[in-house]
This record gives sequence, structure tokens and C-alpha cells, in this order.
Amino acid sequence: MTPTHYLLLSALLFTIGTVGVLVRRNAIVLFMCVELMLNAVNLSLVTFARIEGSINGQVMAFFVMVVAAAEVVVGLAIIMSVFRTRRSVSVDDANLLKY
Amino acid sequence: MTFAVSGATLAQTTLAQQGAVGTGETVVFWILGPLALLGALGMVFARSAVHSALWLVLTMLSLGVLYMAQSAQFLGFTQIIVYTGAIMMLFLFVLMVVGRDASDSVVEVLRGQRLAAAVLGVAFAALLVAGLARSLTDVVPAAPLDPWAPGGGAAGGLGQVIFTDYLFPFELTSALLITASLGAMVLAYGGKGRKPRMSQRETVEARFRGEYSRPSPLPGPGVYATANSVATPALLPDGSVAEDSLSDILDTTPVERLRADRNAVSGRTRKPDAHALTGGPSPADGADEGDERSSAGADTDDTAAEGPVNGSAEQEHPSSGSGTNGKNGRGEDNGSAPVGNDGVTENPGTDADSPEEVRQ
Amino acid sequence: MDPRNGWGDSVTTSILAAPEPVQAAQGAIQGNAWLIIAIPLLGAAVLLLAGRRANGWGHLLGCATVIASFGYSLALFSSTGGGEAAARSVHLFSWIPVNSLQVDFGLRIDPLSLVFVLLITGVGALIHIYSIGYMAHDQRGRTGSANTERRRFFGYLNLFVAAMLILVLGNSFVTLYLGWEGVGLASYLLIGFWQQRASAAGAATKAFVMNRVGDVGLALAIFLMFAHLGTTRYSEVFARAGELPAGVLLAVALLLLLGACGKSGQVPLQAWLPDAMEGPTPVSALIHAATMVTAGVYLIARANPLYSLTGTGQLVVALVGAVTLLVGCVIGCAYDDIKKVLAYSTVSQIGYMMLAVGLGPAGYALGIMHLLTHGFFKAGLFLGAGSVMHGMNDEVNMRRFGGLYRYMPVTFVTFGLGYLALIGFPFLSGYYSKEAIVSAAFGAPGWQGWVLGGAAVLGAGLTAFYMTRLMLMTFFGERRWENRTSADGRPFHPHESPPVMTGPMIVLAVGSVAAGLVFTRGDMLVSFLSPTLGELHEGHAVLPHSVIPVLTLGLSALGVLLAWLVVGRGPVSETRPQRVSPLVRAARADLYGNALNRAVAVRPAVGLADGLTRFDRAGVDGAVNGIASSFGAASQVLRRWQTGFVRSYAMSMLVGGVLLVAALLSVGTP
Repeated sequence: MTPTHYLLLSALLFTIGTVGVLVRRNAIVLFMCVELMLNAVNLSLVTFARIEGSINGQVMAFFVMVVAAAEVVVGLAIIMSVFRTRRSVSVDDANLLKY
Repeated sequence: MTFAVSGATLAQTTLAQQGAVGTGETVVFWILGPLALLGALGMVFARSAVHSALWLVLTMLSLGVLYMAQSAQFLGFTQIIVYTGAIMMLFLFVLMVVGRDASDSVVEVLRGQRLAAAVLGVAFAALLVAGLARSLTDVVPAAPLDPWAPGGGAAGGLGQVIFTDYLFPFELTSALLITASLGAMVLAYGGKGRKPRMSQRETVEARFRGEYSRPSPLPGPGVYATANSVATPALLPDGSVAEDSLSDILDTTPVERLRADRNAVSGRTRKPDAHALTGGPSPADGADEGDERSSAGADTDDTAAEGPVNGSAEQEHPSSGSGTNGKNGRGEDNGSAPVGNDGVTENPGTDADSPEEVRQ
Repeated sequence: MDPRNGWGDSVTTSILAAPEPVQAAQGAIQGNAWLIIAIPLLGAAVLLLAGRRANGWGHLLGCATVIASFGYSLALFSSTGGGEAAARSVHLFSWIPVNSLQVDFGLRIDPLSLVFVLLITGVGALIHIYSIGYMAHDQRGRTGSANTERRRFFGYLNLFVAAMLILVLGNSFVTLYLGWEGVGLASYLLIGFWQQRASAAGAATKAFVMNRVGDVGLALAIFLMFAHLGTTRYSEVFARAGELPAGVLLAVALLLLLGACGKSGQVPLQAWLPDAMEGPTPVSALIHAATMVTAGVYLIARANPLYSLTGTGQLVVALVGAVTLLVGCVIGCAYDDIKKVLAYSTVSQIGYMMLAVGLGPAGYALGIMHLLTHGFFKAGLFLGAGSVMHGMNDEVNMRRFGGLYRYMPVTFVTFGLGYLALIGFPFLSGYYSKEAIVSAAFGAPGWQGWVLGGAAVLGAGLTAFYMTRLMLMTFFGERRWENRTSADGRPFHPHESPPVMTGPMIVLAVGSVAAGLVFTRGDMLVSFLSPTLGELHEGHAVLPHSVIPVLTLGLSALGVLLAWLVVGRGPVSETRPQRVSPLVRAARADLYGNALNRAVAVRPAVGLADGLTRFDRAGVDGAVNGIASSFGAASQVLRRWQTGFVRSYAMSMLVGGVLLVAALLSVGTP
């Protein structure tokens, strides 16, 4: 086993997250799939840090975590606002931009 | 926590072997890797949103341990504490507020979305894996880091790098966090000039001006000492049931579960009995049979309406004299029809087994 | 000295007078000859710009200017002397100085132009005086104020006189063109003077457009002259006419003829002249009888050095004249409108003039002589017709007239004298001029003599017929107007016209009678014109010279007799007979001239306009709109991509991502 396996795992997780974004309709679950993608990227960053032997990858992953936290806060607040007015968290219901 | 500790010790033992991946780490990977994948798949395919959140928690925990296994100890703990502990909890809180939704239905609205997603997913994964495998064969990892060294993976080492080399991004992300929390507050409590809450006097005036559908609140359930269910309807002065006091939700419940409560207090079919509590002989016995028949008749037209059940029961009376009607199949509970006058009839297991039954 | 050389195109035996050297003007009178033009022009400006303030005295000013011009031209005439009347040039100003094109505005005072100037101003003055009375109560004005209309009328008349004078006095073809266009404009304004009548407006436009067709010919001729000779001044062009190649010379000659046909109403551009009778009668008299329509003859006479060099060109001119004179005669026999008959008579008489100038040196001067006599008697006839109309509530249908000689004696006498002159009654002016033309026509060589001479003689007979018919129907016979009312409901009360109208008629009648005697006295006119038009040469006639006058008079008498037989003997029916021969039917339809115009010119033009409109609408607009609608259609199709579903967008992103990764992997370094 080589660290490459971590990267493969990360790629698979990322793909699963992507497919989840396409398939799920609940906005919150969709958001969680995005979080999964971020985590997959974090894993690959840490793996690269380990391969390189330097700390930079971990620092990047750290900042990714911070930003992800902020993003989750704001995103969920937005979903709550939408839910309050439209009583629905389905992303298919937010289709006002259709032709 | 045990996982975390073992992960740290595993990283320590590989200090001796420069760059190679130790067996401990291999074991950890081959256990937690598939677990993470399983969690991801479970998250995507779980029907309920809460289940999805829980599967994701599994994935994140696995990833946290994997970080530790790669001598990113601080990051691993941060993952578990912040990511799993805070962020996923936040998700669960929001799911609690939102509740169930039509978005959970299985039917896909967009044509071909699922198929395309599957195909593209497989293709994407294949491409990435192929690319990674092709470009990263024969990669020799470097020696694992000393956690406490300035370039190490523990808190001290990470902190040293962050506060020196990456100070500016750190400041930026701090600003970002502040902005995010402000934004969340604005979104949650802001918006266009919300009206201040009306005082009671204002509410009453609005009510009597006709801004609401009725000036008085809905009547509460008519709970006598004879029944303590909130499904009990209230009675009007002439003894008939006040329809406003009937609850929508409860009316959608299969009627045989509530029939007993209704029958117990419905004014027409049953007179209030002064001696109810004493358990003495009551003229209600004979009425029981009639009740059953009429309530069986009431079965036929009781779907979700809060209509005057008793009135129809009266009409159905002659037709159901034989006691047979179409919906007897459902009325298995008739057997356990309320006998006693106390009206504490079967509280049929009205606990919501599944959403489908409660919401007809 | 072979007279037939006039038909050849050899240069060496050119028998025209060597282009006389042009001298500068001498003396104050000649030097200020531009006043002749300027005074009427100024009068026109004042009358048209002054507005209603000039209503009271406008007509007087209009007459005064033309009378002043006439006086000046008499002075000019006497100042040039009789004998050695060489051409004199008055340079006014440099007009178009553009590199190689140097056009100066100058005047050329020579016998030809002097003759015309006298005619224009003299007859013009008489008609101006006549108009004072004729337009006195013009009720058909726009504003209802008669004086406003009369003032406007005099303004336009003055403008016409000024433009015509520029035409004849100019010393280059370009100045001639300026005057040419000016008279075209004046003609348009005057024909359509009663604009509110659709027929008048249409006739004015028709006249202008048909003149335009001729003007194109004139313009092209000037272009050719300039292209080959580098100049358009008369003296230079005529001096170097021999340099032009034969083909170019012929082309110039034919193009000038085209211009003349347009302005003079010759076949094939004759259809506008009868319609021009929509204008007031003084306009018909001045413009469409005496002066403007003679501008074509003037042009050809002026360009005689060119024509003398091309026999084919001359032949074409003569043939056009012959055809036109016959066409005019035939149609004139079938009309009942007194003015239209006179209009076709004009067409026919100008055909005579064209025939004359087309005969070469044998006929230039004869054509001019006939032009002058025609000016007198035709103007007199038109004024007489106007007088008749004036007394008959503006009725023009001769079938409503009859027996008017007792009620309008002066008109009858003057009209009668003009009539006699026109049909060539011996010793009146028309006799001399027409006879000379007929003789000269017979003098053409070979078959041309027979054809042209025969046409001229036949035309004389027909002229006598229709004019006699006109006289009989109008002045003799039973009074068909008694106990009837005119078109506007008033009963007929024929009366003589006021002296302001009869005076000019009398003067013109005197001219009709005496002019011939004056002109032929010692060949005065011909010799006067010879410096410009060359010596007159008698041709070898195919018939003996004594036979021709007898033949002509005999045919004329026959025509008179026939007319008397047709209309003089029995009563004239009030309505047109419907069962008539095909020739009469054709003549009533202008010998299908208008139908031909419609088929050849109008319908293709309208069709072209329709086609262009359709092309514009369907093609150009269709293309533009089509592009727009194609964009619309494309967007209609493409907008379906905006489903509004976030997941569809995510799908697109993923597709793009997959493609990118695949591309990178395929082209990346292995």
C-alpha cells in the first residue's frame, strides 16, 4: 500500500459527493454532499503533505476546514431563510430562473 | 478516542522506517477506507435526511482517524471536534427545524438525471483513478513528521507555521469567519423591517376588525373527566359537537382508533351520564350496540372529513341494521369495541408507526 | 453650290456662313443687355415674395416689367443696326469655374436671339395685359381672394419670361439649359395653377416629367460636346464642330432633337401639350403656343452648324416634324374641346417648323419665320378662345357654342383673322410662311421630297378642315346654348370681353395679317437671320414651283369645303356621335399616344417600383427581420436549457469537468 491509495480513496469520495449533488433533492443533504467533497479534498491535501514531508498541505487543509465551517454557517442560514418563506427545502422548487 | 490514540502511536512506530507505510497504517487504512466509502454511499442513498447526516458522520470520523494515521494529529482532532462535532450537529439542528419534506420522495423529476449522474460518476471516478494511478506510481513518501518539531503535525508545529508563514491567510480567514457569523445573523433575524410583535390589545382589535378568520380562538378539546384525550371534541350548549374543536391532524388518523373517544363524548349517541364515574348501571349499554352499528356505518364515510359524523351515523342507522358493511375489513378493532362506560377505550397504538399511516 | 450638299456630311463644302467672329458688346445698351432678363426676374421675385401687400398693384407691376423689357429689346434691336449684325457677346460673370470646365454666364446678341427676344417680350407683354382682365375674377383660387391669385399668376408669368429670355440670350449650351429648366419649372407652376383640381395637378406633373425625358437628351448632348470639345460655348463649339467624329456628331444631333421633342411636344413626347390646356388660357397662349414650345425649334436652329454637318440627323429631324404635323392634324379633327383643338394645332404647326429646320440650310430661316407668324396668330387664337370661354361661363365644349358671332363681334373678327392666317389664306402671314415651307419640303432630294412635301401639303388640307370646323361650330350655326345652363348652373349670357382683353387680341390680329407681308418684303427676315442661320438656298423641287402653291391652296379649299359639309350645313348634335370610323375613334384616343405612354413608360415604371417595394419588403426587410426572428427562434430553442433546476446546472458542470479531465489526461505527458 502506498499513499497513493489515500488519493484514490479521496477521488472516490469526491466522485460520490458529486453524484450525490446531482441526485439528491433535499437542499440540506445536497449541502452535506458538498461537505463530503470538501473532506475528500482535505484528505488528498493531507496525503500530499505526508508524501512531501512538509506541513503546507496540512495548513491548507486547516484553512479549508475553517472556510468550510464559515460556508456551512452561511449556507444553512440561507436555506433556513428560503425555508421560512417558501416552506420547502427542495432545490427543484427554487426554479424561478427557468425560461 | 482509542482509534485516535492508536493512530498516533502507529505514526510513531513508523519513524524508524523512512517513508514506507507501516503495517499498522495499512491495517487502519484498509479498515477505515472502506468504512468511509460506505458512509459516503450511505449518505447519498439514504432516504431520510437524518440518516444521511449520520452516515456522513461515520465518514468524517473515519477520515479524522486517517488524518491521524498520516501524522496530521492536530488536523485529525480538529476534524472530529469541529467538523463532526460542530458542523454536522449544525446540520442536524437544521434538519430538525425543516422536518420532513416532499423532497424525500423517490420519484425523480428530471428525466435521465439519475442515469446520467451514474454514468458520469463512474466515468469521473475512472478518469481520476486512472490519472492518479498513472502519475503517482512509484511515489516514495517522505519520512513522517515529528509532531512537536516546528514543522510537525501537532498543535505546536502547526501553530508555528500558521502564525509565521501563513499569517496573512490566517487573518483573512478570521475576517471571513466574522463575516460569516454576521451574515448568518442577518439572514436569520434580519430581513425587511419585521413588524414588532403586536401587543395583546392590538391583537384583539385586529381580530374584531376581521383581519383574522374568526374573532375568538378555536375552542379547545372538550375534555371531561370522562376522557383525557385531546381528540375529544368539545360540545356546544345544545349537546352537539363543536366542529371547530376537532383537530385536523387527528381527524386524519384512522377513525377506528379514535372512534371510541368520539363515541364516548358525542352528545347524540350518548347522553352525559351523571353516574359515569361511579360505574353504576347506565342506560348506555344498550346504546353501545347501537353505537357500534352506527359507528360501523360511520366507517364508510369517514375518511378525512371532520364532518358531522353523528349526523351521518344517524342516517346510516337503518341501512346498517344488518351490521354488515363494506369496510368491515378494516374494522377489526370493532372486536375490541369500547365496552366500558368510562370511555377510556382502547388507545389504539396511535403512536405513529410510520408517516404513511398517520397521514392518510 | 449643290443644294443637296445640305444633306451630305462633308465638311469642306459646308455652305453655312463661316461662324462669324464674336465681338464684344459695344455701347451701354448692349453692355447692359442683362437688364432684359433682370427686370422680369426682379418683378417675379417681388410679386412672389411680397405677399398680400402686392395684391392691389401686382398685376400692374407684372405688366410693367415685361413692357419695360420689350422697350429695352427694341432699343437693343436698333442699336445693333441692320446690316452688319455680327454676334455680340456680353460677359456677365464666371459661373462654373471648375478645373477644365469653365462655364461663364454670358449673353449672345445676334439676329436669332434678337428675333426671339422681341417675340417673347412683345407677345408676352400683350398677354400680360390680357391677363389683367382674364384673371380679374378668378374664383377658383385657394384662398378665395381673386387678387391673391392674380398676383401669383403674374409672378409666375414674369418668372417664365425671365427664364425664356435666359434661354434665348445665353451664349453657351449650359446657359441655354438653365433657361430650359427655368421654363419647365414655370410651365409646371402655371399649368397646375389651379392646384386643387386633380386634373390640373396631374397635367402639370405629366408635362414636367415628359419634359424631363427630353432634358436628359439635351444634357447628354451637352456632356458629349464637353467631353469631345472641352467647351460648351456656342462660338467655340460651332467653330470646332468639324472635330467631332461622325458618330458623335450624329449622336449629339439626335440627342438635341430628343430635347427639342420634349420641350416642343413633338412625337413621341407630344402627349403633355394637350393636357397642358388645364392651365389658364393666357398660359396656353404664351407658353404653349408662342414661346416655350418653340424653344425646341430655337435649339435646333441655334445648333444649325452641327446639323449641317450630319445629313442623317437632318433627315431624322425632318421626319419627326412630318410625322408630328400629320398626327396633330388627325387628332385635331376629332376633338370638341376648343382649347384641345388649338393645342393639337400647335403640335402640328411646330411639326411644320421642325420639318423646315430639318431641311438644312434650305429651311432654317423658314422655320423661324413660321415660328414668328405662328406666334402671332396662334396666340391670337388662344386669346380669342379665352375670350369665348370668358363669355360662355368657362365652357370649352364646342358643341355648346354656336352663333356667337353676333354676341362677340370683336372676338369673332380677331379670331377669324387668326384662323385665316393659320389655314394659309393668301397674303396673310401664314400663307407666306407655310407656302415657303411646303416648297422647301418638295425641294428635298429624292424620295424625301415626295414624302416630306406630300406630308406638308396633306397637313395643310387637314389644318384647313379642323380649323374651319372649329370656326363653324363656335361662331356660326344655331345657338345651341340657348335655354341651357353651364356646368355650374348659370345660364349662358355670351358677351364681349372688356377692352383690356380685346386690345391685345386686336394687336395680335394685326400682326397675323401684316407680319407675313413685312417679313417677306425683300426677304427682310431671311437676310436678317442669315448671319446666324446661313444663306437660304432654294432646292430643286420635284414639282414645278408654280404647282406647289396651287396644290396647297386647292387642298386647303377642299378642307374648308369638307368642314362645311360636315358641320356647316346641318345642325350639330349636342353629343358626340358614337358610331364613327376607326380612324375617328383612334383620333379621339390621341392616336393611342397616351396608351402607348402608359404601356411603354408608366407600367414598367410602376412595375419596377412595385418590384422594388416588394424586394425591399420581402428581401431587405425580410432579411433583416429574418435575422432577428432567427435569433428569436434560436433563443427559443436555446432557452430551454435554462430549466431553473440547480441539479441540471450541476450536471452541466460535471460534464464539463469530465471532459476537461479527459482532455488533460489524453494530451498530458504520460
